[in-house]
Amino acid sequence: MKMLHVSVWRGGAGGEYRSYEVPRQESQSVLDVVTYIQRNIDPTLSYRFACRVGMCGACAMTVNGVARWTCRTHVAKVVKDDAIQIAPLANFPVVKDLVTDMREFFDKWARARGQFVPCATRRDAFAQVAADSPGRVAANAGIECIGCGVCYASCDVVSWNPDYLGPAALNRAWTLVNDVRDGARRERLAAVAGDAGCHACHTHLSCSERCPKDITPTASIAGLKRAVAVAALKGEL
Amino acid sequence: MSSAGHGYAGAPLAGPNPGARSETWLWIAQRASAALLGLCVLVHLVTIIYAVRHGLSGEAILARTRGNGVALAFYMLYVLAIAVHAPIGLRTLCHEWLGWRSASLNWFIAALALALFAFGLRAGWAVFLAPV
Repeated sequence: MKMLHVSVWRGGAGGEYRSYEVPRQESQSVLDVVTYIQRNIDPTLSYRFACRVGMCGACAMTVNGVARWTCRTHVAKVVKDDAIQIAPLANFPVVKDLVTDMREFFDKWARARGQFVPCATRRDAFAQVAADSPGRVAANAGIECIGCGVCYASCDVVSWNPDYLGPAALNRAWTLVNDVRDGARRERLAAVAGDAGCHACHTHLSCSERCPKDITPTASIAGLKRAVAVAALKGEL
Repeated sequence: MSSAGHGYAGAPLAGPNPGARSETWLWIAQRASAALLGLCVLVHLVTIIYAVRHGLSGEAILARTRGNGVALAFYMLYVLAIAVHAPIGLRTLCHEWLGWRSASLNWFIAALALALFAFGLRAGWAVFLAPV
């Protein structure tokens, strides 16, 4: 039987790679490989997954140095010389093995005012948003984010500025800035400005290159820069 | 984990973002000066290439700049764009590469901007007033 040489990160931040031999199978995903190790070789291996079909975003890891959803990554796509290396997501604190702490990542969504703030009451009519209105189109471009953290793990700015809100949180803010039903545009633009916010982005585009949902957070961040500048010029910041 | 302080469920967030306005204005200033520099650098390069290709001597160049209000105004604008653009970019580099984020950095950057502007003005003024 053909074997796959798998190097897996074990332990916390000060851990190390350990090697495993996993039988190679047809249409095998990287998540299948991790699951095989946990069920057949070492049950103490910790990792996270839920849906296994690319809906939840829980199984994102670093595969051969690149952040990916392991459930949607075929071994055949990434294997080199019958070997792969699997590590926890970069830019996240490691809890154990392949499990990372997502708290700071999602706290940054809150700091970027990622919550929808309704401004109508139950006595108001439903908002009517035309599907082809500019705001709806702009929001649509970023709305499918499921918070997997691949963009955040791929972002150079996050790696050198831990305060940076990151592509996912800023993309979320941008979808709300374009939501005509939202009542916190001004506060949100103030929250995402500055060197921990949209102005820190260097347009490296790693987030957009790696996003499994084909979202372009870089474009959302550029949109925020423009919206923040307009707000500043109008004295609304 | 409590919702207070984390902004979940619409709770107030951890205070305002104090640098929002100043950082945004610095960003606008750098973008605007970049647009100006795009034009100024082009004119400056064309001027240099013209001077080299026509074999103009130092004296021949000074003869054209001496008392030339248009050239003086152009180079004042150029110097202003540089004095605005370069220090803001350097400030970001200091943030990201050196981790220098204290108030002392802003004083250093302000001094650098003034120095660039002063030296640039001096050079522009010198070729405007060049002795015959």
